[in-house]
Amino acid sequence: MEKLSVLNPVGYPPKITPKALAPRLDSLDGKTVYLVDPRFDDSGLFLRQLQRWFADNMPTVKTKFIEMNNVYTKDDPKTWEIIKGDGDAAIVGVGH
Amino acid sequence: MTLDNKYGVPTVALHTHVFEKVVESVNRVHGMPRAPRAFVPQPVMGKTAEQLRAYIDGKDPLSGRPVMQEVIEGLTQPIDDSGAVNETFVHSATPRVVDADSEENLQQLFLDKNWTDKLPIVLPTEKRVQEMLAHTSHKPDEVVGHMRSTHFRDYWEYTVEKVAVNAVMAGARPEYFPVILALASTGVTARGSTSSSAAAMVVVNGPIRNEIKMNSGTGAMGPFNHANATIGRAYGLLSQNGQGSSVPGVTYMGSQGNNYAYNNVTFAENEERSPWTPFHVEHGFKATDSTVSVFTGCRSTAFTLGVREKYWREHVRSMLRGLDAHSQPTFLLDPITARQFIDRGGFDTKEKLIAWAYENSLMAAKEYWDYQLIQNYILPRATFGEEPYASKLKAAPDEMVHMFKPEEIHVVVVGGETNGYWRIMDCNYQKTVSIDAWR
Repeated sequence: MEKLSVLNPVGYPPKITPKALAPRLDSLDGKTVYLVDPRFDDSGLFLRQLQRWFADNMPTVKTKFIEMNNVYTKDDPKTWEIIKGDGDAAIVGVGH
Repeated sequence: MTLDNKYGVPTVALHTHVFEKVVESVNRVHGMPRAPRAFVPQPVMGKTAEQLRAYIDGKDPLSGRPVMQEVIEGLTQPIDDSGAVNETFVHSATPRVVDADSEENLQQLFLDKNWTDKLPIVLPTEKRVQEMLAHTSHKPDEVVGHMRSTHFRDYWEYTVEKVAVNAVMAGARPEYFPVILALASTGVTARGSTSSSAAAMVVVNGPIRNEIKMNSGTGAMGPFNHANATIGRAYGLLSQNGQGSSVPGVTYMGSQGNNYAYNNVTFAENEERSPWTPFHVEHGFKATDSTVSVFTGCRSTAFTLGVREKYWREHVRSMLRGLDAHSQPTFLLDPITARQFIDRGGFDTKEKLIAWAYENSLMAAKEYWDYQLIQNYILPRATFGEEPYASKLKAAPDEMVHMFKPEEIHVVVVGGETNGYWRIMDCNYQKTVSIDAWR
C-alpha cells in the first residue's frame, strides 16, 4: 500500500489567555441586579418576565432593565460603566 | 463575559439550549470556560409572555435543574477555575503535515476531521502544493489574512501555503491561485456561522477572467466551468479551515444550511456584453486591473423574465418587496435585460438603475419596523440616533419608508443571452481587491 504524505489545511489558532471572573456575591438580598437586553429575537420580552420572577420570588432584589446601546454584536462600554457604577450583578439574555 | 472579567460585575448569561456547544466553545476560547450560564428552550422569538415565564419557571433543558436556581447560583456561588487552564488552554501550532497514509484512509481522515465540504477532495501532497505555490511571487510562509466564523470568536491566521493546500483540495489549477489568494486576503469568510444560513458570492473582473477561461456567459453561475467551480470551492474550504472549523452546532449555526455555499456563486462579470461600466471600475479600479469582489449574506433570490413594457416598474417593485427588509439587493442581469433596462427606463448607467431601485423599494413604516431582523439589527441603532435609521423611526406607522440604502444596491451583468432572465440576489457587498497583487 502506497502511503502519501499530505499537508494540513487548518489555519493557526489564536493564543488563548485565561481570564478571571469577578468574585461572586454572598447573597442577592438588597442587591441591584441589572437585566441586560441584547435586543435580539424578543429578548426584551423575556427579560421583562425575568423581572417579574424576581418581584414574585425574591422581592428584596432590586432589578433594573437596561437595553444595550447598539446591536448585540458591538461592545457597549457605556452600558457596562452604568452597570458597574450602579449595580451589583447582571443577567444577560437571551441571546444565542 | 466583558462585564464579568473587565468590569468586575458577576454576570450570568442566558442562552437557548441549541447553542450549548457554541457557548461552551466561545467561553473556552475567551479564556473563561467556567463562565456561569443557564439555558432555556429554543425558541424565544415569537413566544407569548406566559410561555416565556414558563421557561423561566421551568428547568434548564440541558442540566435538568431549575433555570432560576442556576442563575442565582451563578451570581452567588464561588466558581472553581482550578485545573481549567491546563485542561483547556494548551494550544500547539497546527502541524504542517498529516501522518502519511493510503489515499483512501486520508480521504476518510479529511472527512472525519471536517476539513472538506463532504465531496471528495484532491489530496494536498507536497508536489501539488508546490505547483500551486509556483503561481505566485509571494513566499509560502507569508501571512495572507485572518478569518473567524462569527464576531464573537477570535480570528485565526493563515499563510500562502495554507491557502495553496486548500486550493489543491478544491481541485483548482495552479493558474487560478492568484484569484484564490486575493479572496483569502479579504479576510471575509465564506463560512459565516450565522443562523440565517448565508453563503458568499464572488465576482471576478478584468483580464484574468479570460486568461483562466472563467465563464461569464451561458451557465456562468452553474456547474459548467472549471475555474468558476473550483475557485469558489477553494474559497469555501479555505474559509472553514483557515478560521479553524465550520462544524454544525459548534462553529456553524445555519439553521437550514445553504446550497450556494458549495462554490459560493462564483462567476465572472460579462464585461464584453455589458452596456455599462464593469463592477470593479465602479469601485475604483482600472478596466485593465484584475479584481475579485466578495459579497456575503446570500440567501434569497427573486427572478423574472425580461423587463415588460407596461408594468415593468410594478414587477421590479414586487421583486424588491419580496426581499427581507434587512437584505441588500444585487441585480444580476443577463446582457439582454441590462439593455432592456436602458430601453424601458433610460438607465444608461448602473447608478441610474440603482437610484430608481432605491426610490421604488418602499414599505409602510409599521411593516418595516416589525421585521425581526430589523428589530434585531436596525432598531437598536435607530433608537440611539444613527442615521438614516433614526429619522426613519420617526415616520408615522403608515408612512412609506425606504427599505434599503442606495449604497446597498448593486448591479452585475452575467449570462449568455439565451433569454432575458434575471435575478435579484439578496447579498451584502463587502469589498473588491486586486488579484494582480497576488500574481
